[in-house]
Amino acid sequence: MRASARVYWRLLAAGFRRRSAYRLAALGGLVANLTFGLLKVAILFAAIRAAGGQLHGYTTASMSTYVWLSQGMLGSINMDGRIDLAQRVKDGQVAVDFLRPVDLQAATLADESGAALFSLVPRGLPSVLLGAATVGIQLPTSPVFYLLGAVSLVLGIVISVATVYLIAVAGFWLIETRGLQIFYMLASGFLGGLYVPIALFPHWLLIVATATPFPSAMMYPVDVISGLGGARTAAVLVLAQLAWLAGLAAVGQWLTRAGRHRLEVQGG
Amino acid sequence: MTDSATDNGAIIETDGLTREFHVRDGRRRRLLTAVDGLSVTIESGAAVGYIGANGAGKSTTIKMLTGILVPTAGSVRTCGLRPVPDRRRLARQVGVVFGQRSQLWWDLPVRESFRILAAIHQLTRHEESSRTAELVEQLEIGGFLSVPVRQLSLGQRMRAEVAAALLHSPRLVILDEPTIGLDVLSKQRLREFLIAERLLHGTTLLLTTHDMGDVERLCDRILVIDHGRLAYDGDLPGLSRTVGAERVLVVDLAEPMADLTGLDDARHLSSEAGGLRQRLAFDAERTTAAKVLAAVAGRAQVLDLTVEEPDIEDVVRRIYAENR
Amino acid sequence: MAELTGLRGRLREELRPYRAVLASRARSQRAYRASFAIDMASSTLVGVVELAEVWVLFSNVTSLGGMRFNQILLVFGLADLAFSLADLSFGHMDNLPTFLRAGTLDVFYLRPQPLLLQLITTDISLRRLARAAVGAAALGIGLATSHVSWNLTTATLLPLALLSGYATFAALFVWAAGLQFFLLEGKEMTNAFVYGGRYAATQPASVWSRPVKFVFGFFFPMAFTAYLPAVTVLGLPGSAWLPAWAGWCAPAAAVWSWLMALLCWRWGVRHYQGGGG
Repeated sequence: MRASARVYWRLLAAGFRRRSAYRLAALGGLVANLTFGLLKVAILFAAIRAAGGQLHGYTTASMSTYVWLSQGMLGSINMDGRIDLAQRVKDGQVAVDFLRPVDLQAATLADESGAALFSLVPRGLPSVLLGAATVGIQLPTSPVFYLLGAVSLVLGIVISVATVYLIAVAGFWLIETRGLQIFYMLASGFLGGLYVPIALFPHWLLIVATATPFPSAMMYPVDVISGLGGARTAAVLVLAQLAWLAGLAAVGQWLTRAGRHRLEVQGG
Repeated sequence: MTDSATDNGAIIETDGLTREFHVRDGRRRRLLTAVDGLSVTIESGAAVGYIGANGAGKSTTIKMLTGILVPTAGSVRTCGLRPVPDRRRLARQVGVVFGQRSQLWWDLPVRESFRILAAIHQLTRHEESSRTAELVEQLEIGGFLSVPVRQLSLGQRMRAEVAAALLHSPRLVILDEPTIGLDVLSKQRLREFLIAERLLHGTTLLLTTHDMGDVERLCDRILVIDHGRLAYDGDLPGLSRTVGAERVLVVDLAEPMADLTGLDDARHLSSEAGGLRQRLAFDAERTTAAKVLAAVAGRAQVLDLTVEEPDIEDVVRRIYAENR
Repeated sequence: MAELTGLRGRLREELRPYRAVLASRARSQRAYRASFAIDMASSTLVGVVELAEVWVLFSNVTSLGGMRFNQILLVFGLADLAFSLADLSFGHMDNLPTFLRAGTLDVFYLRPQPLLLQLITTDISLRRLARAAVGAAALGIGLATSHVSWNLTTATLLPLALLSGYATFAALFVWAAGLQFFLLEGKEMTNAFVYGGRYAATQPASVWSRPVKFVFGFFFPMAFTAYLPAVTVLGLPGSAWLPAWAGWCAPAAAVWSWLMALLCWRWGVRHYQGGGG
């Protein structure tokens, strides 16, 4: 078991290093974060003003927090539904991956999560800092939120990868996963709380959103770190994330096994 | 002001052509001189081989000839025009085949690419049909006219590229590594086509290549470029002579003998079959094959012989070594 | 008479190369039916989701930046329609970095046409038509429900705004392409003002802070593509730095954008060719 853990740790580090090579793209992403952040702040603040200073528990200060945290997470949460594995499944090269003594799902999660974690450095943290400098944000004082927040952030990242993983392995059965991928792209953004905080959704849409894993990837970590709703809410959100991760991992495992079996039956 | 030079005027004229780049070498920046004071004149109808090691400046020269790059110093005229300011007029008179980059539309059938190019060069319907027919027949493209370019083999693709470059009947054709990766048969076919094209239309050929077979069969003039500078300008035999490359006399003896060392003007290279066949190198400037043969015959009975010309790669390598 | 046909004939001859390439790209896109259908569907969905964002906000408040939902629809529709049409004709220019890396840009130099024109006509993204439809629908609904009085003013200003918006967005793509000669791997950076610009264009500019007003109001004149013309057409009051008549200046915004774009393009090409040291 010890040796296994070290392997996955190495995969994580490899993913981290892989992403670190894309410096200019990271800078570009940061510029995009700043641009969209300022625009979002403008329109959402206007909404809060129009609602009389408070909207579903958001004030301009906490809304600013939402904007900068969500923008900062953009580099780390998979928004386009594509990972390298999808291509490997499509052209059959995944057969090679199955020959290795590591679990495909765990390896993919480790690698992609590592890459995602790196993006927090050039995009995640600076976005928050820039937001604080330009607009001002409100952050909780109690360390509980930062601790839970860190856990929530990591969980969110892994959940995002786990969801995209499902699309990749769907390629064992579907010839064209592009439709799924596009659906993911739209849903993960909108239902995940990238466009507006999901608390602003009409009631029925909010139910739809919480029935999907998407808010647990982005919206919940943002809510936990910002401390909105207090420590109890934060804990509940983290628990929800854990439940989602467990579910996604289980489905992913099952699909992987089925997919492997199908590959073996059909001939690599 | 006429568009082009007169028929027997120069089709390429460079004078002190120089191109420098700033390259980042880790932390430092240094100045790389890709082409250094190149002065050549190429007459219309010539067939010139432009050879040099990778990075010696061949591609950069071509880019300056066609108006892609601006020279840092010196001047250049192609077809009597200045390439950068008159690029579009020049494009009507020059055809270029890039070995590595395709001018065809990847996902379209070959025929479609030709049609589009005919439209791009604004050929009349008559010009388009007759020229296309001529090229298709001569390059044997008929078999795959309706195949998308990405499905073609390398040999087929190169033939299509050559046809594409020649569709508008340019006066000057520049080929950048056209036979790279081709099999022997394809190479031969391509060379034969280029020779015929030159004969028929008087097209000037400028060919950069690593393949000495191309040079031997196609070119009557060779330019060797080394580290941006012109190291040799002349014909192929002259090249061998200049560098003092050695010819090799291969003798088959009646009986195996010990190595024929100690001959006056010849150097023993190797022996096969225990001394039955021996290879002797000699400097063609200082002696003749006959004299060496006579010397060998004085020591052994020769049954058969062959004379090998110097290996061109060897010749070129010596030029680089000499200029260092 | 003969002179006129001569001129027309010459024009047709000049346009022949561009038509040939565009026609073949359009044909080849339609040929792959299934994937084209998916592309169209996804384009539509993206447009719908963007619209949904506005709708969610208005399910919480009744006015934003001095505009009601049906008025914002007008802004959104105008901006999205203009952007989608520009994306259709110019969107592929973001492939320039790929050409630069592979060296295939040089192939364009060998053809007797201006480089930029070749790049612009090298492709056409027909699937954007679907997104344009979403924009057009929003525009139509916005116009219908906003009780816009149809007179000479509106009948002139709206098409003018659409045309100017198209031109302005088109200029953004060219501007971004020109910068790619310097940035190479930096497509994300230009995406910031191209797609950020699109987003900004759908917003009521009155909600912007001063720095944002400078960037997206004047430098990349997004406010002039939809919001300001809408304000003029709807007869709404102006706001700080953005007077009510500013909608008429939309063509000026387009001219400014193209000036910047062409300058940037020229700068980039000279850098690529090594001209000017």
